This record gives sequence, C-alpha cells and structure tokens, in this order.
Amino acid sequence: MTNNPDKHIKTIGIPTEEEIRQAQIDFAPRCTSAGRVNDKETQKIVQYILNFARKHSLFVLAYGTGCGAIEIPATMTSRYDAERFGIRGAATPRQADVLLITGYLSTKTLKRVIRVYEQMQDPKYVMAFGSCTINGGMYFDSYNTIKALDRYLPVDVYIAGCMPRPESVIRGFIKLQELIQNGNAGGGKCYRDNLDWYRANQQKVIKNWNFPDEYNW
Amino acid sequence: MILTIKILGAFLTAILAFTVGMFYGGLRRKITARVQNRVGPPVYQNFLDLLKLQAKETNIAHGFMGHIAPMWIIIASMTVLMFIPILHNGLWFDNLTFKGDLIFILYMMVFGSLGMAIGAGQSGNPNSAIGVTRGLAMMVGYEIPFVLSLVAIMIQFHTTSLQDLMQYQHETGRWIIMDNPFAFLAALLSSLGMFRYSPFDIVGAPAELASGPVSEFGGKYLGTMMSGGAVFAFIKLVLFVDIFLGGAGNTDLQGVWGILAGLGELLLKTFLFYMIPVFIGLVSPRFRTEQAIRFFWKWPSILGIVAILWAVFHPIQ
Repeated sequence: MTNNPDKHIKTIGIPTEEEIRQAQIDFAPRCTSAGRVNDKETQKIVQYILNFARKHSLFVLAYGTGCGAIEIPATMTSRYDAERFGIRGAATPRQADVLLITGYLSTKTLKRVIRVYEQMQDPKYVMAFGSCTINGGMYFDSYNTIKALDRYLPVDVYIAGCMPRPESVIRGFIKLQELIQNGNAGGGKCYRDNLDWYRANQQKVIKNWNFPDEYNW
Repeated sequence: MILTIKILGAFLTAILAFTVGMFYGGLRRKITARVQNRVGPPVYQNFLDLLKLQAKETNIAHGFMGHIAPMWIIIASMTVLMFIPILHNGLWFDNLTFKGDLIFILYMMVFGSLGMAIGAGQSGNPNSAIGVTRGLAMMVGYEIPFVLSLVAIMIQFHTTSLQDLMQYQHETGRWIIMDNPFAFLAALLSSLGMFRYSPFDIVGAPAELASGPVSEFGGKYLGTMMSGGAVFAFIKLVLFVDIFLGGAGNTDLQGVWGILAGLGELLLKTFLFYMIPVFIGLVSPRFRTEQAIRFFWKWPSILGIVAILWAVFHPIQ
C-alpha cells in the first residue's frame, strides 16, 4: 500500500496540509512541456531549420498497449492519412522519434516501455493516449496499472478521450509539431537530469527490478 | 582544363545522383499515396527526413563495423557511380569510364550490400541477422538472370564497354532492347529484386523483421544509408537506360543546351523505367524467401539463357 505513490494521499486517516503539500512537491511531474524554457526568441537560424525538419518528419513507434492501438491503423491509412504531415511508422526504437503510449499501462508493461524509451535516440518525444495515461481513467482503482504516466516518463503531449478518435490523434501531432518548432518538446535530456527521481518512482511500482546498472543509451 | 572539368564533373555527378535519387524516392511515396487514395507527403519529404536524421544525436555504439557500414555503403555507391557514363559523349559526366567497365560494375554493385551485411552482423540484433541472410540469399537469386543478360549483351556486341554500347545505339538509332529483347526482359525481372520493392521486400520487411539489417541503426547512420540507397537507385536506373534504352544525350545540340537536353532525356527515361518496379510493388504482396529465389531461378534465368542463344545466333559485329 505504502509502496504505491499514487495512493499516497489516500492513506488511512486525514492527511495534514503539510503532508499534502509535501506530496504535491514529491509527485509533481518534472519534465512537462510547460516547464521547459521557450527559446524561440534566441533560436539561431540553423536551429530553426532543424526544428522545421524535425517537426515535419516524425518517425512514430506505436507501443500498442490497451485499446488505443486500434486507432493507429486508422490514423495512418487512407482515411486520415497521417503521412501528409510527414508522420510515418518506425520499426525499431533506434529509428523512432515519437513513442506513442496508446492506453493504460500495467506495471509489467511499464518496465518494457521504459526500456524502449531509453533505447530511443535524442531528441525523442512521448505522446500519451487517452484518460488512462492521464489519471488512470476507468482503471483508477486498479492494483496493477499506473495512474499518471508522467511520473515515470517525460510526456510531451496528452490526448484526452477514451479512446481519442483519429482526428484527436492528428490534433495531438499538430500540437507536438508546434512544441517542436518552439523548442519546447523533447524530454530526453530532462529525463537524464532527473534520473534519480524517475528511477525512484519506477522502482516503487516495478517489483522485480533487474535493469542494468550501467545503462548505455 | 580537362582535369578541372573532370573534377567538377565528378562533383556534379555526385550531386545529380543524390538529388535525383532522393527526389525519386519522394515521388514514389507520393505516387504510392495517390494509388491508395491518400494525399501523401510532399515530394521533398525525403530531404526533410534526411535532415532530421542527420540532426539526431547518437548515444550508442555497436562496434567498429557498425560505424563503418554506412560509410561503406555510400563509398560503394559513389565508386560505382563514377564508372557509369551518365550522358553519351558528355565531357562533364564521363568520369572514370574505361573499356571493360561492365564487368567492374557487376562486381562493385555487390560491394555495398556486403558492407551492410558486416555492419548489421556486428549490431548483434537477431532481426538484422535474418535480414542479412535473406538479402544474400535473394542476391544469389537475382544476380543470375542479371549476369546472364549482361553476358548475352557482351557476346552479341563483342564489347564490355558501356561507352561502346551507347555509341552503337547513338549511331544506328536502334536501342538494344530491339536487338536482344530477351536480355532486356531478364534484366527487367532481376531489377525487381534489385529495387527490393514488393513482392521482393523480404530483406527489410518492417512488419516481420523490424526493418531487417538497419534495425539497430538510427539517426546519422540511417540517414547515411538512406543517401547511399538513393544514389544506388539512380545508378541502377542509369545503368539500365545506358544499356537497353539508348542512353541519354543523343541530341545534336552542343554546349550547355546539349547537356540540359541530355539530362532531360535521362530523367524521362529513368523515371519511366523506375515506374515499372514501383507499380508492380504497389499491387503485390510479399514473397517468402524461397518463393523469391524460385521465381528468379525460373523464368528470368530461362529468359537469360534464351538471350545468350539469341546473341550467339544474331551477332551484331
């Protein structure tokens, strides 16, 4: 019970204000897009061009968890045609830019997702689908799914909905493109800087922790 | 003066091959999209992809050959490119062509794939190993009809020089496709395997092999491989146009206008030839490895043998 950070506030008895404040500080997500410095004014011309290329060439690795994976084929194929925005599928994490978390994550799946995320190369972005990744959604009281994804991985864009339709998914991609052009997206460096905090959160929910100590990403 | 033109021409050839190859890749994506009733990416999408890939950071290493393999591919592509005459009698695009370059090109065209195989082998990914095995197996398949058809041409014309073949087609106005249609058919069918589009995309099958040999290569490595592949696609197209479809630069215009007209002719012919594997790929599912090899060893090889017999009984010189 005490191991799960999501249930920290719901401990037996009424928490004091001090405890609530401390919990808010402890579990506040670190690498949100809002927290990043917007250096649009200071962007050099090279950075501007590279950001333009990055936002129009997103190689997507769809990690098909939960029900959201079924929206990906509809988004990619003829009806909604995400390729007109330069979005195309990547086969392996090494080639990918965007990691799509399409729905709820059980703690077992989270372990694999972390491994996949750490194999991706900078700059890398994460898009989270559906309410399950935001606050647990319909699994809010489940014992083996995580509730808020950005305590474990830096998330760039959340797409609300249960499940989001392809229109919303494409809207999410457009939002991600705006963030990339403004220099706000990409949490890889922040993830490495705050690795202790992320590792602590991850180890709280992943019981059989057998990650390599020296991680070569 | 001649040397300066040669050096400048080599750079021009490299830039031309890269640009045209990448542009054709973008056109292929656009045409694929239109066939599937989609809008599709812009035609310059491949350039954006390349720019992004080159701007990505790389925090991993897969050993020495992992670093060398992409360079190997692009070096092999550029080496073959330098031995292919782009235009007939074009001083600017002759580069290093010599008598007997046809045999040299036959050997050098395999070189890039071998570099890829060694690099993918060192990455240690099982998908890469399977992809390399499939690629080498399929190479054994399509090389046989291709070599048979080129040998038929060599027998028929008593030459191993691309320049001589182009000169013959320029003088007589007859394309070699008319002198030996069987050789052209065999080479055309083997070119389907060379381009590795469906139904022969068994090497880099994304759904079953996670893109095969390149599965551990991302960022700059993937970008370099992509540019090497684009140059290589251009090489294959120009080679087929030079041998069978009359080459380019057959107009009587002189100077800049001659070069421009020649390039226009080249682009038209290569584009039309490129559409054959593209459209066959659009309507085909994927072969299994043994189906692909069986295909190449059956009709294309038979056509190649018929081409040799035809060449023996219809010598040109």
